Amino acid sequence: MIPAAFEYYRPKDMEGVLAVLTEHGDDARVLAGGHSLIPMMKLRMAEVPHLIDLQDVAGLGGISVSNGTVRLGAMVTQSDIIADAVLADAAPIMREASLQIADPQVRYMGTVGGNVANGDPGNDMPGLMQCLDAVFTLIGPDGEREVAARDFYESAYMTAREDDEVLTAVSFKVPEGGYAYQKQKRKIGDYATAAAAVQIVKEGGTCARASIAMTNLSDTPVYSEAAGAALVGTSVTDSDIDAAVQAMLGDIDPAEDNRGPVEFKRHAAAVILRRAIARAWSRA
Amino acid sequence: MSKKMHIQLTVNGEAQEFLAEPRELLIHTLRERLNITGPHIGCETSHCGACTVTLNGKSVKSCTVFVAQADGAEITTIEGLGNPDKLHVLQEAFKEHHGLQCGFCTPGMITRASKLLEENPSPTEEEVRFGMAGNICRCTGYQNIVKSILAAAAEMSASKEAAE
Repeated sequence: MIPAAFEYYRPKDMEGVLAVLTEHGDDARVLAGGHSLIPMMKLRMAEVPHLIDLQDVAGLGGISVSNGTVRLGAMVTQSDIIADAVLADAAPIMREASLQIADPQVRYMGTVGGNVANGDPGNDMPGLMQCLDAVFTLIGPDGEREVAARDFYESAYMTAREDDEVLTAVSFKVPEGGYAYQKQKRKIGDYATAAAAVQIVKEGGTCARASIAMTNLSDTPVYSEAAGAALVGTSVTDSDIDAAVQAMLGDIDPAEDNRGPVEFKRHAAAVILRRAIARAWSRA
Repeated sequence: MSKKMHIQLTVNGEAQEFLAEPRELLIHTLRERLNITGPHIGCETSHCGACTVTLNGKSVKSCTVFVAQADGAEITTIEGLGNPDKLHVLQEAFKEHHGLQCGFCTPGMITRASKLLEENPSPTEEEVRFGMAGNICRCTGYQNIVKSILAAAAEMSASKEAAE
């Protein structure tokens, strides 16, 4: 319950953030909504001698949809996502997923940037971002760079972000077609036993494009290119969905924990993906 | 020990100023420093919501906010919603509909419910249950909490209509 002492910084701009990160390296961390980091600090699983609060840093908020691209500032909260009508129209899967993350209080504080940068395979946004083929913007001492969500995750808590970089935004093309974020969990606020993000484009009764990613079924989110490919050109019958599920099962690598043994997780993943594809197809 | 910070808060309309270590959790500030002991601590993993307060218009779990982050903030706790002589509509409804037993979750429940009804003045039962899902109760089984909140919502819209 009691976190260790730290020095606290609340800079007004990114230069101020980067100055602390550069000076203290791995001893400094940014604080966004605080709803993964503070719990870890309270359990003394995270040691952060220098904590940089991003709440006053200009330019990290805002949701925009323009020129066919959705952009969310890293400090956009889950409740901002749920409340934004323009976003709900452009990318309804965002709202569907956010409503399955945590609980109301956590959603007022927890941010999209924190969710995707955290690196915990339990987080829901990383798989969703891979499904949407999102791009993450990172800023560091040498300037800005972009990393595809599909290339960002290396292993549990290990990402392509360097210690002296800050994730400032996520962006993706306005998705087309039907969508579903389907999540199996033990209760409200739990990380997924299995979850699937699906976007499907239907043209003349046939699947023209499909994108599928799975949550909490490996030490990273899993973008299953093979599962999407299995649906393309089909009319998404039960046997086509079975083929996609089989392809997905080849890509996941769940670990046993108190959500269940590996066999059960593979079973749950199959059930969840079947439901997600059926729902996305019905909306396509 | 780290350097103490000069902190300013407005809690239930009253200005507060003090020096604190940045790592002090807002729930401890309220309880230990300001003697506002309605908000409670039921866990150390940010699940239970017994510490829920309204911070700058948001329902937050004050166990998951450092006092440093709250510097300059406006906070409402259960003590700011009503008092024994003049109960808030929700407090009256929880009493009337047996929405509490031990009372430990109640301050967080009512503070959260006040924000929920502000955002959604006429929720369905399902919306109440989903909107209160960040608050755990060990005694009531939730049924009477839902009844209390729905009753308070009806009461609040009735008195709003009467005023118009």
